[in-house]
Amino acid sequence: MSVQAWTFLLVGLSFALYIGIAVWSRAHSTSEFYVAGTGVSPLANGMATAADWMSAASFISMAGIISFAGYDGSVYLMGWTGGYVLLALLLAPYLRRFGAYTVPDFVGDRYYSQTARIVAVVCAIFVSFTYVAGQMRGVGIVFSRFLGVDIQNGVFIGMAIVFFYAVLGGMKGITYTQVAQYCVLIFAYLVPAIFLSLLITGNVIPQLGFGGVDQTSGTVLLDQLNGLHRDLGFAAYTSGTKSTIDVFFITAALMVGTAGLPHVIIRFYTVPRVRDARISVGFALVFIALLYTAAPAVAVFARTNLLNTVSEQPYSEMPEWFSTWESTGLISFDDRNSDGIIQYVGPEAQDVSGAPIENELTIDRDIIVLANPEISGLPNWVIGLVAAGGLAAALSTAAGLLLVVSSAVSHDLLKRSFMPDITERGELIAARVSAGLAVGVAGYLGINPPGFVAEVVAFAFGLAAASFFPAIIMGIFSKRMNREGAVLGMITGITFTAAYIVYFKFIDPSANTAEYWWFGVSPEGIGTVGMILNFLVATSVSYFTPPPPPHIPDLVERVRVPKGAGEAHEISA
Amino acid sequence: MTNPSDYSSPRADPPAGSNEGYWRKNLTYLGILLSIWFAVSYGAGILFVEQLNNFYLPGTGFPLGFWFAQQGSIYVFVALIFVYVFLMNRLDREFGFDEDAE
Repeated sequence: MSVQAWTFLLVGLSFALYIGIAVWSRAHSTSEFYVAGTGVSPLANGMATAADWMSAASFISMAGIISFAGYDGSVYLMGWTGGYVLLALLLAPYLRRFGAYTVPDFVGDRYYSQTARIVAVVCAIFVSFTYVAGQMRGVGIVFSRFLGVDIQNGVFIGMAIVFFYAVLGGMKGITYTQVAQYCVLIFAYLVPAIFLSLLITGNVIPQLGFGGVDQTSGTVLLDQLNGLHRDLGFAAYTSGTKSTIDVFFITAALMVGTAGLPHVIIRFYTVPRVRDARISVGFALVFIALLYTAAPAVAVFARTNLLNTVSEQPYSEMPEWFSTWESTGLISFDDRNSDGIIQYVGPEAQDVSGAPIENELTIDRDIIVLANPEISGLPNWVIGLVAAGGLAAALSTAAGLLLVVSSAVSHDLLKRSFMPDITERGELIAARVSAGLAVGVAGYLGINPPGFVAEVVAFAFGLAAASFFPAIIMGIFSKRMNREGAVLGMITGITFTAAYIVYFKFIDPSANTAEYWWFGVSPEGIGTVGMILNFLVATSVSYFTPPPPPHIPDLVERVRVPKGAGEAHEISA
Repeated sequence: MTNPSDYSSPRADPPAGSNEGYWRKNLTYLGILLSIWFAVSYGAGILFVEQLNNFYLPGTGFPLGFWFAQQGSIYVFVALIFVYVFLMNRLDREFGFDEDAE
C-alpha cells in the first residue's frame, strides 16, 4: 500500500474512534461538562493529561529543536517535565481539595475579589488562545503535507472533529478522547524511535541506545557526533552555546509556567479525591516521560543520520526524500561555490587554509520527526502512523485549551460575575455555545495565523509563570496573603514579563542579544524574573495592607488537609 | 448549585489542632523532595554540567552532565512524585485524614 493510502486509513480509523467516544460520553450537567463529574480514574486522568499537555510542538517540533540545539535543547526536556513535580507537590492536591471548576474560581474566592477573578480570566483566555491557534495550524500542516489537502481544508476538518467532541462531551468527552489520543500518539512516536535505535545502535530501547555505540563505525555515538560537529564548525552537541544563566532562567520559566497553565491544572479537578490528584500527576509524568526521554534519542539518531547522508555529498546523488521535502520548502540547497557538493557547516567552519566555509543547506527543524521514517527507509505504514500521531497530539491539546476558554466565559464571567442567577441548564447551554465559538475563533487563527503566534506560544509559559503560579502558591502556603498583594503581584509580574518580551521581540528586535538583556536573561527566560517580582511585590504590599477577612485563614486551613474533598462541589444533574 | 460559597469552602472540617502537625510534616517532605528536584535539574543538569561532562555515566557513552539534563533528571522527577504520594498517603492515615476511612 502507498504512503497516502496508509495515511488515509490510519487517520480515518483514529478519527472514527474519537467520534465514537464522543457519542458515548456526552455531558449531561455542568459538573460533567467542566470536570467530567469528578469521576475520572487517576490512571485515565494521567493519560488524558499527557495527551492534553503534549501538543503539536512536543510531537512534531521538539526532537527537531533538540537535534539542532544539542545540549541547549535540555531546557525543554527539563522545563516541560520538572513542572509536574511542582504540580504534584505544591498545587494539584490543594486545588482538588478546594474543589472548584476553574483556575479563576480559586483565585477569585481565595482573594475574595472580583478584580482578582477577572484578572485571572483574562490571563487564562489570553494564554489559551495563543496556544490553540498553534495547534490548529499544526493540524492544517499535517493534513497538507501527508494527505495533499490544503491547509485551510485541513483546519476545517480539524475544527469539525474538535467541535463534535468538545461541544457534545465537554470535559467528559475530551477526557476519554484524550486517553485514546495518547495511545495513538505514543505508539506513533515510539515505533520509529525503536526502529532507528535498532538500526543505528542495535539496542531496542532508544533511551539507552543513544548512549551506546554506533554499529557501523564502532565508536560511542555521542563522541562521534561531537567529533562531526567539531569538524563541521558546530558547537559540541553535548555542550551547546547558551550561557548557563540563560539556560537556568529559561528552564525555570518553563517549569513554573507548566505548573501554572490553566488547561493542565484543570485536569486535576476531574479525579474523585485528593490522593487521586497526587498520584494522577505521577501517572501523567510517566506517560509524558515515555515521549520526553525518547525525544533526545530521536534527536541524536536523526542528527547523525542527517550529517552522514548530506555532508560533503554530491547534490545529484541525494536520496528521494531529499527532493520530496525540498519541494515543500523545508529543505533548501544553495550551491554557493558551485561545486555540486553539499557543504552543511556551522558558523565556525574553516577550510585547511583557515578561510571560512559558507553553509549551503537550510533545514527546517520540523523535518526531523516528520521525515525521519523516510530518511531511515522505514515501512510506509510507519509514515502514516506519524501523521495520525501528529494529529492526535494537536487535537487533544486544542480540545483541552478550548474547554478552558469556554469555562472561563460561561462559568467565571457569566455564572460567577455577571449572571449569578443563570440556571444549571442555561449555564450548560452557555458553556456549549462558548466552546463552539472558541472552536471558530481558533480555526480562524489557524487559517490566518498572526505572524507572532509561534513566538507567543513560547512566551505563554513566561506569562503563566509570572501571574498564576505565585498567586496560587501564596494562596495555599500563606494565610496572611491578601487581595491587595495578590492582585498587584499578578499585575506586576505579567506586565513586567510582557513588556520585556514585547520590547525585545517587537519594538527593538535588533537589540535582542545577550549584550542588551538584563543580567543575560533572554525573553524566553524572563518569566522567572517576573515570578520573583510577583512574589516580592505581593509580600511587601500585603505587609502594609489589612489582613484578609477571618473566613480566609479558615479556608486555607481546610484546603491544606485532604479529608472531605469528595463532596466539595458535587452537583445533582 | 444555588450559592457559590457552597463549593468555595470545603465542608466536613477535620478536628482543628491536629492540622498543624500534619502541615509541618508535609512542609518537611516538600523541603527535602524539592531540594533533590533542584539538585538533579538545576545542579547536575545546568550549573555543574561542564564539570560532570568530564565523566561518563558508568557503563554507557553518556557524558554525565548531559545525561542528567536530557534523561536522568526526568527519571528522578517521576520517582519524586511517587515517593511524595507514598509519604502523604502514610501521613494521611497517621493523622486520620484518609479519604477512604469514613
